[in-house]
Amino acid sequence: MKPIVVRGARVVDPSAGRDEVADVLLQDGVVRAVGRGLGTPDGAEVLDATGLVAAPGLVDLHAHLREPGREDVETIATGARAAVAGGFTSVCAMPNTDPVTDNQAAVGFILGQARRAGFARVYPIGAVSLGQRGEQLAEIGELAAAGAVAVSDDGQPVATAHLMRTALEYARTFEIPVIDHCEDHSLSQGGAMHEGLTATRLGLKGIPRSAEDVIVARDIALAELTGGHVHFAHVSTAGAVRMIRDAKARGLRVTAEVTPHHFTLTDAACEGYETNAKMNPPLRETSDVAALRAGLADGTIDCIATDHAPHHYDAKEAEFDNAPFGVVGLETALGLAITELVEAGVLTLPRLVERMASGPAFLAHLPGGTLRPGQPADVVVFDPAAAWTVDPARFFSKSRNTPFGGRRLHGLVRWTLVGGVVVHTAGDRPDSSDRSGR
Amino acid sequence: MSGALGKDLLSLEHLSADQIRLVLDTAEPFKEISERAIKKVPVLRGKTIVNLFFEASTRTRISFEFAEKRLSADTVNVAASGSSVVKGETLVDTARNLEAMRIDMVVMRHGSSGAAKFLADRIESNVINAGDGKHEHPTQGLLDLLTIRDHRPIAGTKVCIVGDVLHSRVARSNIWGLLKLGAEVAVCGPQSLLPLGIEALGVRVFRRVEEAIAWADVLNVLRLQLERMQAGYIPSLREYYRHFGVTVERLEKAPRDLLILHPGPMNRGVEIDSRVADGPHSVILNQVTNGVAVRMAALYLLAGGKPELAEAAKGGSDR
Repeated sequence: MKPIVVRGARVVDPSAGRDEVADVLLQDGVVRAVGRGLGTPDGAEVLDATGLVAAPGLVDLHAHLREPGREDVETIATGARAAVAGGFTSVCAMPNTDPVTDNQAAVGFILGQARRAGFARVYPIGAVSLGQRGEQLAEIGELAAAGAVAVSDDGQPVATAHLMRTALEYARTFEIPVIDHCEDHSLSQGGAMHEGLTATRLGLKGIPRSAEDVIVARDIALAELTGGHVHFAHVSTAGAVRMIRDAKARGLRVTAEVTPHHFTLTDAACEGYETNAKMNPPLRETSDVAALRAGLADGTIDCIATDHAPHHYDAKEAEFDNAPFGVVGLETALGLAITELVEAGVLTLPRLVERMASGPAFLAHLPGGTLRPGQPADVVVFDPAAAWTVDPARFFSKSRNTPFGGRRLHGLVRWTLVGGVVVHTAGDRPDSSDRSGR
Repeated sequence: MSGALGKDLLSLEHLSADQIRLVLDTAEPFKEISERAIKKVPVLRGKTIVNLFFEASTRTRISFEFAEKRLSADTVNVAASGSSVVKGETLVDTARNLEAMRIDMVVMRHGSSGAAKFLADRIESNVINAGDGKHEHPTQGLLDLLTIRDHRPIAGTKVCIVGDVLHSRVARSNIWGLLKLGAEVAVCGPQSLLPLGIEALGVRVFRRVEEAIAWADVLNVLRLQLERMQAGYIPSLREYYRHFGVTVERLEKAPRDLLILHPGPMNRGVEIDSRVADGPHSVILNQVTNGVAVRMAALYLLAGGKPELAEAAKGGSDR
């Protein structure tokens, strides 16, 4: 493996407090050195990154890669390829596949598929309960030993307070977070979008903010009871941000993520029964978007995660009630974050890198998220000013379900390196075998 | 082909006041056709119309069918049971198959809000929404407007919609149509059956039916679906009648006589007292009569009929 020198980039590495123009030397799969005027070792490849930003590769704690079970909409290989196109070098795969990732063999399968695929590192998340049925704990110790980095019943909330309590207690031994999708089904049942004026006008059953808030409140109480680590998936409400801020101030082990669609869009995106704007939790209102951005700015929200949720175009080509929830996100997250957060003055570029790389890596105890020497040579090099237009037909993902098609974004990935190898270069395009063939 | 209403009639929210008035004005001459011995004019001769009903309906389906037949269209009725939908066909495939048969119009009732727009966006034929989920039922809204207008000018009239507004497409179409024509609109019901933020549409909210009756000139009493009780929205039908039922005793306390509308089918003794439904101020059967005329007007206008020719059209050559 030949050494690579990323030459002349603005190196942004919040884990080392670094934000300066420098070179990065990658060798033998690790970061060897970061500094000004580094020499070029024999046989090294030089990436001229003048005017670009080099940062630790992005880390996504929340993606649905659909394999096993729905390989028609995404595979671990296509998901991992989409990830590196979006600047992500590590992706955590949610367990709501078919079969569910609730045992060590399933974890091993995902790791094996990821190894064969190359591209991004894929970290499985195990189920909290067997079959995600909310009844009996999965073998969390064996899941962790096999390589699961967290447990979650995502897609569903952890069904009962008792199960959440025992999962938090039990997972402490293995030092992995319990990620909860906070949704009280008795409040959200049958809902298709945020409960508000738009839903009233469209005649769609709403999902109130309280459906999320009551489970966030429950989980905070249980984090306090158990000392366990709750990570809140895809926070969408101002109330959840407020409670998490308060819980952190009281020293509880709670962390949280927000998705690019929740900090960018409101329920107005559902106008005209736009099924690509149908997600769970639903897009909320302007006041929630403001609260989510404030939470990102003050650190209440630790990281940005995509909740990448591929669906076949047939499934979204349906009545709003009948369309599935979800949006693909790996290939638009960085552009949305730069355009909506950095350019809007919500986050500085170093804080953004913290929310997309070091923050998530740290809270899930993953390698990467840093350019400190000796750490994995996972790097994203991007042009924060370059403008591009989202064209879902050119996604590496097998699926196209995004409400951002046609949107003009800033922030274009030039190179993504995993383990010191260039796995994505701007201008790479999916070959026809990757296409879902719309 | 599209006329003064555009290609489709999907909602009253998206019609202008002028377009709404146009339908009502066009309905006036069509009323008379249904009073004749030979109830048929040739204005839609040669047009094929599919009545696609994914939800059970008696009144609306028959009303549309009469309207179509009295305009000489060829009609086909498709009900959900026995259709390919129960065999798992998607709505988009249903739409494409209909289109492939070269039809002119579809009248659709569907359980999902937005289904009519979904269909209209995908086929070239004119689409009339005959009720989509909890969204809108524009021809019901129009016939309610026509019925009120038969008795009093709509502008300035105080109309209160009473009952299960949350689940009611009739309520939404009424609210839009009445507001656009200058009425004052209120809703009344238990809060568990009122949609969040309904005030933002420009309507008043009454939590007690007595207050609504004291305020209103017109009550539009909605049907209370019996399954709402099982779903936990209200404790019992008996209690609903006691607190929200439109009764003679409550109406007698009103400062003026109220016009009483109900979109049907009625649950006598639940949302409405039989003596009110059958009473002198009830226009419930007028609504049904007007429904045919309004639907004739909508079909005629969507087919590209000239509004000013409606009077002449009814006196067509087949008399």
